[in-house]
Amino acid sequence: MKYLQLIWSAMFRRKTRTIFTLLSVLAAFLLFGLLDSVRSAFASAASSVAGVDRLVTVSKISFTLSLPKSLLSGIEALPGVAKLTYANWFGGIYQDPKNFFANEAVADNFFDLYPEWQLSAAERTAFHNTRTGAVAGESLARKFNWKLGDKIPLQATIFPQKSGGNTWTFDLVGIYRVSNPKQKNQESALFFNWDYFDEARAFGNGNVGWYITQVSDRTLAQQVAQAVDALSTNSDHETKTQTEQAFNAAFVSQYGDIGLIVGAIMGAVFFTLILLTGNTMAQAVRERIPELAVLKTIGFSNQSVLGLVLAESVLLIVLGGAIGLVLAGVVVDAVRAALGEAVPMTRVGASIWLRALGLMVLIGLIVGALPARRAMRLRIVDALAGR
Amino acid sequence: MSALVEVQNLSKIYQRGKQKIEVLHHVQLAIEQGDFMALMGPSGSGKTTLLNLIGGLDSPTDGSITIGGKRIDRLSEGALAKWRASNVGFVFQFYNLLPMLSARKNVELPLLLTHLSAAQRKRNAAVALELVALADRAAHKPSELSGGQQQRVAIARAIVSDPTLLVCDEPTGDLDRQSGAEVLTLLQQLNRDHGKTIIMVTHDPKAAEFAKHTLHLDKGSLVEQSEPSRP
Repeated sequence: MKYLQLIWSAMFRRKTRTIFTLLSVLAAFLLFGLLDSVRSAFASAASSVAGVDRLVTVSKISFTLSLPKSLLSGIEALPGVAKLTYANWFGGIYQDPKNFFANEAVADNFFDLYPEWQLSAAERTAFHNTRTGAVAGESLARKFNWKLGDKIPLQATIFPQKSGGNTWTFDLVGIYRVSNPKQKNQESALFFNWDYFDEARAFGNGNVGWYITQVSDRTLAQQVAQAVDALSTNSDHETKTQTEQAFNAAFVSQYGDIGLIVGAIMGAVFFTLILLTGNTMAQAVRERIPELAVLKTIGFSNQSVLGLVLAESVLLIVLGGAIGLVLAGVVVDAVRAALGEAVPMTRVGASIWLRALGLMVLIGLIVGALPARRAMRLRIVDALAGR
Repeated sequence: MSALVEVQNLSKIYQRGKQKIEVLHHVQLAIEQGDFMALMGPSGSGKTTLLNLIGGLDSPTDGSITIGGKRIDRLSEGALAKWRASNVGFVFQFYNLLPMLSARKNVELPLLLTHLSAAQRKRNAAVALELVALADRAAHKPSELSGGQQQRVAIARAIVSDPTLLVCDEPTGDLDRQSGAEVLTLLQQLNRDHGKTIIMVTHDPKAAEFAKHTLHLDKGSLVEQSEPSRP
């Protein structure tokens, strides 16, 4: 700590240059905070611990292909199956395509398999008894200011009605909540009654999009999954069954490898940052050669001088990076407050901070390495003589 | 008095490209503890090189340098840095203060290498600044001080860790006559009242008059040792 003022004052020897450098570091880590928030949201969606005892069965060829409802009884009869439900992607648009949210037709018992989604008994009963009933997540309902009893029209993009109409109108009879703050993004979906959907749709009747099985014991998951798939082996509707966790991970990967995309962007940003701040540090040390020589003259060792320059470099990056990350936190919170949990962004929490701090220190060391080496190796008599 | 500085058969050869330049040639020298020695000679005579070698800033090509009974020419770079921190104070022609630090913080710099507490460092720096009559300018940055004042801050920095030996390279070379005289008087006072052994390189015979003895170097060899100028 006793060297802090020495390091600090050296850093701000050229205030304008340092402020501009700090701004570029700030911008890089602001971007990192935002992108890592998105990446973390996708990663957590794919790795939620909820759902390890649920299996998802989809068509082996593509999860967009439907499966016959006749598989239901076969799966139900398998040992280790505790509960079974099914659903179908609807893909309807509410008012404007920009208002995207997941909407699915689900079987009557769908919510029995999702105890982490809180829905009152009265709302469950209303969902059961209302043919056109729909249940929305709290975040979604808040976003569109929906209240129980509201009529929600969706424009079909895949499933027109038998009547030729393209607008499906649902009655909002329930709003579910997810208590785990890390899974709040699950509150941005709308579910409606399967029976209404299946009877009214123009095609595909009797088929389901996917089955969801809850196993009686999570250790049986693999065994049950194999048994489910065995039911349709060599048929025209072979299935692929996996845990919901694995299914989510595979589904998220449909968007592309978010981690790779974020990594590639941040790699380019940090590479530029290293060149920029590396040049700044090199210039700063070059200007201070006589001062560094004085430090060595009065007894600072080579290692001390090396440490001072490296510390200055790390401090520069950590200072700019920390401000950038604080700003990223503010922006993420503002976006989440404005657009709800539908936005795939996690809060800028401890894990993002830890990753960022690790990067800051690493970049600081890389940026400072060459100037610090030069400072360490300078010969006092040459430096004092201006050679 | 015993010899604080003993230089024996000292040679220094610089390699400049393919050319070898012998800057010092078998120099023999002894400086008593408590002496104030002026080192004079024309440009390129090797004065600063000799001063740098005695101050432990450079290593000789040949010969030995013993200071306070210690062979400093045999010390490693790290050990030499430690030795400098506690045994030598340096004063340069252009003061070489750190421009972004206040006078007090500049004076405190050598104390950062000690185990003194922050409060104690501050106290010691204040005492050193008092000694050079700049206590009232402690908070000022070098750019806010005159040349003479900056050199006095540099002297305070040189003495703050209480070294036995002060090496001064043209300490008045960048000062007007009056400021130069003040600095030389201060050095004289440090020598007389505080027992500091001082070796001062200078071009200026008037400045050399403030020393007790004067040595002359020419082409890397000592040519003459004067009688004490001021007993």
